[in-house]
Amino acid sequence: MLKIKGLKAEIEGKEILKGLNLEVNPGEVHAIMGPNGSGKSTLASVLAGREEYEVTAGSVHFEGKDLLELAPEERAGEGVFLAFQYPVEIPGVSNINFIKTAVNEVREYRGLPNLETKEFMTLLKEKQQLVELSGKLANRSVNEGFSGGEKKRNEIFQMAMLDPKLGVLDETDSGLDIDALRIVSHGVNELKSKDNAFVVVTHYQRLLDYIVPDYVHVLLDGKIVKTGSKELALELEEKGYDWIIKELEEEKL
Amino acid sequence: MKEEDKIIEEATSGEYKYGFVSDIESEKSQKGLTEDTIRFISEKKNEPSWLLDWRLKAFKVWEQMEEPDWAHISYPKPDFQDIIYYAAPKPKKKYESLDEVDPEILKTFERLGVPIEEQKALAGVAVDVVMDSVSVATTFKDKLSELGIIFCSFSEAVQEHPELVQKYIGSVVPQRDNFYSALNSAVFSDGSFCYIPKGVRCPMELSTYFRINEANTGQFERTLIIADEGSYVSYLEGCTAPQRDENQLHAAVVEIIALDRAEVKYSTVQNWYPGDKKGRGGIYNFVTKRGICHHHSKISWTQVETGSAVTWKYPSCILKGDHSVGEFFSVAVTNNMQQADTGTKMIHLGKNTKSTIVSKGISAGKSQNSYRGLVKVAKGAQGARNFSQCDSLLIGAKCGAHTFPYIECQNKSAKVEHEATTSKIGEDQLFYCNQRGIKTDKAIGLIVNGFCKNVMDNLPMEFAIEAKKLLEISLEGSVG
Repeated sequence: MLKIKGLKAEIEGKEILKGLNLEVNPGEVHAIMGPNGSGKSTLASVLAGREEYEVTAGSVHFEGKDLLELAPEERAGEGVFLAFQYPVEIPGVSNINFIKTAVNEVREYRGLPNLETKEFMTLLKEKQQLVELSGKLANRSVNEGFSGGEKKRNEIFQMAMLDPKLGVLDETDSGLDIDALRIVSHGVNELKSKDNAFVVVTHYQRLLDYIVPDYVHVLLDGKIVKTGSKELALELEEKGYDWIIKELEEEKL
Repeated sequence: MKEEDKIIEEATSGEYKYGFVSDIESEKSQKGLTEDTIRFISEKKNEPSWLLDWRLKAFKVWEQMEEPDWAHISYPKPDFQDIIYYAAPKPKKKYESLDEVDPEILKTFERLGVPIEEQKALAGVAVDVVMDSVSVATTFKDKLSELGIIFCSFSEAVQEHPELVQKYIGSVVPQRDNFYSALNSAVFSDGSFCYIPKGVRCPMELSTYFRINEANTGQFERTLIIADEGSYVSYLEGCTAPQRDENQLHAAVVEIIALDRAEVKYSTVQNWYPGDKKGRGGIYNFVTKRGICHHHSKISWTQVETGSAVTWKYPSCILKGDHSVGEFFSVAVTNNMQQADTGTKMIHLGKNTKSTIVSKGISAGKSQNSYRGLVKVAKGAQGARNFSQCDSLLIGAKCGAHTFPYIECQNKSAKVEHEATTSKIGEDQLFYCNQRGIKTDKAIGLIVNGFCKNVMDNLPMEFAIEAKKLLEISLEGSVG
């Protein structure tokens, strides 16, 4: 589904990703872990097409298409969804109007007609329940005055509405209390199927207690340096990243 | 004697017969402005002599005035002697079906999502269509007349209800008020007139569509709305104009009189042709709109301004009566080379008068958008309240937003509040929308409509839908 080869990317002349490789197949959950500044969020941003990041080498293919050639909204149309680390506020635009616009834009991209209001409302209710998002939030402005937990739940709610093939979660667990973490994870687990995949970028192992990954990758200085099973995450939690750095240095010698 | 002079001679000597030029496209006055031009217009409209005198007085005042230049706009000054001051379409031009209407205009309406029925109304069914100065259709009349409501063209009012016109014309915007109102008073060709009798609640929104049709014709509309004691009316004014090559001057005057306990809601959606990307060919819009509120009455101005090359417009309220209320809700969008200097004046004279100002300015391209507002509290305005909120939104880095609030307060018990913000459409907001599959143009529309929400909420619903689309269309391609 997703094939990243030798990806190099920089922001304001500073190279962040230095030859990253990753392959994700349908039905898989990949966790990307790493210390601050290793490039986790850059990877998420590059996949979504944020303009400030310049790709200098490598390739990203999504379902056979060159993802880097596509505009951000086209990527969304193809089925790439990014749950933001810091969801953006849009004053005066109701959540419901926003998501309705998004759903219909994505449908248009896929050559589907707009959803009838009735169908849309049914879908809306179903997905709101999934992340225990109160109906009141639907009428409030997008993310405006939402608590940290509400914002993240709103991201997962939007993801549920858009039903992407690839969901990229950028530190969705940051700033969440344990209840919100449970709700968010429950949402993601419910959405998981054999046809879609998730890339979960996180700092902490605790999210992975709820969203169980098939693979855990360690990102260090712009490259994936180690890949393992979910047990790797536990090991990182216990021992930190230093032992991996040492291991790498020994390999070099 | 030259042909042109002959016509004027004929017209002014009173021997003129209607329709003597009806074999050409439209009936026009000669270019230029002299007393004769005014006599020609007045004669042509078969006006009573007091009105001609009134016009001539205005003309004398105007001749001594200078075109103002205090506004934050710059444009080549119009040559007032190079304008045709009167043009009437051929009388037979009453559309039978939509097929006869200019396809360019229909295209605009279609994009705006104006319902077909309403488009038909353009052809002269449901609305008072002011096309090229002369009202070609006035309807709903029967229904309205049952209630004693008068809604007709200004010219008709002059003929049918001269006592009302004579009593109120110039009572809110006097001839000498400003350069453009003086000009309008001298040469106004037509417009709308509305009278709501005592205690009557007008059951429908009264609407007019203004259009400019004839190349090189200045438009000088005059609107007079009188809401008698305890009455209510919601009045809509919407404008569209087809693409033009030459600058066109538009200097309208709107006067509203709200007598005791009356309420008038005046909503405008204005999208005169703004000129091309380089600013060529747009319309100059210099409008004087003002209402006077008597005891316990209320006037509410809501406007969405997206058009014109240059806009100079300050719908105002004179809060004369105690406990009267003035409101001004405005969205002004400028794109490309457009310039707008708009705002309001709230003049508090009566006790416990209240005014609210909410202004949303959106600038894109290389445009300049200014808010200019005056809140004046007179000595006797005990307990007056004002709240003003002026927000500016910038799209791109080459445009400008300016706020010029003036406050004159002569009563210590008054409370005047002013809030202002300036923000930029963030890359973050756009990227967030893009990532959800929303294209940039649509995202801007969404964000801008969100920004304007508390003004749009004041528009009648159908008007609001049209206005929302208009905002999106006006800002298309404003982020490269």
